[in-house]
Amino acid sequence: MSAIEHPLPFASWESRGFWEGAGRGELVLQRCQTCGLVQHRPRGVCAHCLDGSTLVHFAASGLGKIYSFTVTEQNQAKGFAEACPYVMAYVDLDEGPRMLTVVVDCDPDNVAIGAQVTVDYVSQTRDDAEMFAIPVFRLS
Amino acid sequence: MTKNAFPRGAAIAGVYEHPSRFSPNKTEFQIMAESAKGALDDAGLQRTDVDGLFGASMSMGMMGIVDLAEYLDLYPDYLDGTNIGGSSFVAHVTHAAAAVNAGLCQVALVLYGSTAASNSMAIGTGGTGGSRNPDAAFSAPYGMTTVGSYATYANLHMATYGTTSEQLAEIAVTMRQHAGLNPLAKMRNPITVDDVLQSRMISRPLHLLDCCIISDGGGAVVVTSLERARDLAKPPVQLLGCGEAVQHQGVGYSDILTIAAKQSGARAFEMAGVKHSDIDLAMIYDSFTITVLATLENLGFCPSGEGGNFVSNGGISLGGTLPVNPDGGGLSSNHPGMRGIFLVIEAVKQLRQECDARQVPNAELALAHGTGGTIGDKHSGATLILGVDR
Ligand SMILES: [Zn+2]
Repeated sequence: MSAIEHPLPFASWESRGFWEGAGRGELVLQRCQTCGLVQHRPRGVCAHCLDGSTLVHFAASGLGKIYSFTVTEQNQAKGFAEACPYVMAYVDLDEGPRMLTVVVDCDPDNVAIGAQVTVDYVSQTRDDAEMFAIPVFRLS
Repeated sequence: MTKNAFPRGAAIAGVYEHPSRFSPNKTEFQIMAESAKGALDDAGLQRTDVDGLFGASMSMGMMGIVDLAEYLDLYPDYLDGTNIGGSSFVAHVTHAAAAVNAGLCQVALVLYGSTAASNSMAIGTGGTGGSRNPDAAFSAPYGMTTVGSYATYANLHMATYGTTSEQLAEIAVTMRQHAGLNPLAKMRNPITVDDVLQSRMISRPLHLLDCCIISDGGGAVVVTSLERARDLAKPPVQLLGCGEAVQHQGVGYSDILTIAAKQSGARAFEMAGVKHSDIDLAMIYDSFTITVLATLENLGFCPSGEGGNFVSNGGISLGGTLPVNPDGGGLSSNHPGMRGIFLVIEAVKQLRQECDARQVPNAELALAHGTGGTIGDKHSGATLILGVDR
């Protein structure tokens, strides 16, 4: 079992704020100032208002709790095959929305639904100029 | 009731399940063409009677349905290449019935073919692929797999309701029992609950034997008006109710335990005007054991959280409360990647009393529910309620 080698995310202009934020050590979410919706994944518009003119990015607390998870023991994809078993999880963020992530540096047997988790960031080596990182979580 | 949705009546007049489970020398379109011949022969129709073409496969993308028309040298009046995953063909039956009722076509042919097994495709554990796709950018970096998504559902169900791995295993055991009665099924040797629990863990809590098999295969379904079907070779199977729905992550607040079947099933039951207790058998997409349990609950065959008990002690076996997948399902008969068409085919054969050792005695009303994509993440659901012509 070795650490996950996360595939490099490709940012569209809609998701750039999220990945650049992670590169700065921030978990970035979007809030619509018209209706108050906090949404994830990021979009060019508020999904409810269908308008992006009042959509702002903000740094979330990076705190949340596990909604559900699985201990993946088989995944043939590059970067994950050698990292099995690893914990893939949905985390309900304190700001509201849920995100898919991994819970790292833990004994999988100690991971439970409802457990409190805190964000961390895995930086990446890239051959382009992007300064992205991957938000992951640790048991609090 | 049906009169409102399909005033001219809608029926399935012919079906064919391609017998092959491994076809290294065939293409997807060849399997579809051979299946088309089988279903048209079953109905007593000719290739030239087809004026509506419906189809999907794992490789048909933009223009796919046009490519298929070319392969078959067909010039239909109506085309539908809807691809919503494994449930596509269940939805195609609804779309075809609507098109027939609108007078846009008379004889609709629904096709599927796949060479997933001979291509050594890792359907469940292949990961989500390149993350240059902006949508996949939020799942690929986190090692999402198809099994993994269903496993998060299973874990949440277990934590919420106390569902056990033994209960999930009962589903696999029942499907294997049924497969033993189906000469075409790929996996026919009986298994026990212990066999399932001892099989290799793929994504906790789902073991290898909680997962569908991978095969080649294909099939075809002919949809026409009830009136036309009555003049054809086989007794018509009527479309009484139907529904479609999606479930997904939305903007991050979904109740994952509620799957598309809840919405599509409610609509189908309302349209058909029948009760759950009227249903003689259910064809439920069984990509994984948990899919069956989740679908039965969301369709309303048992309350949420009661699925574990419902599937135990032979509850979904032939002779049980609700026989599910008498053909052995995707867990044991065949799973070429998009299984929905086989749900329709087996339901029709059962209602025509053609199923020999695995026949549900005097079956008059069947439900078929397809799931496309992944529960736990995002998926489509399509429900049909089918009945004998009365
Ligand atoms: Zn808004």
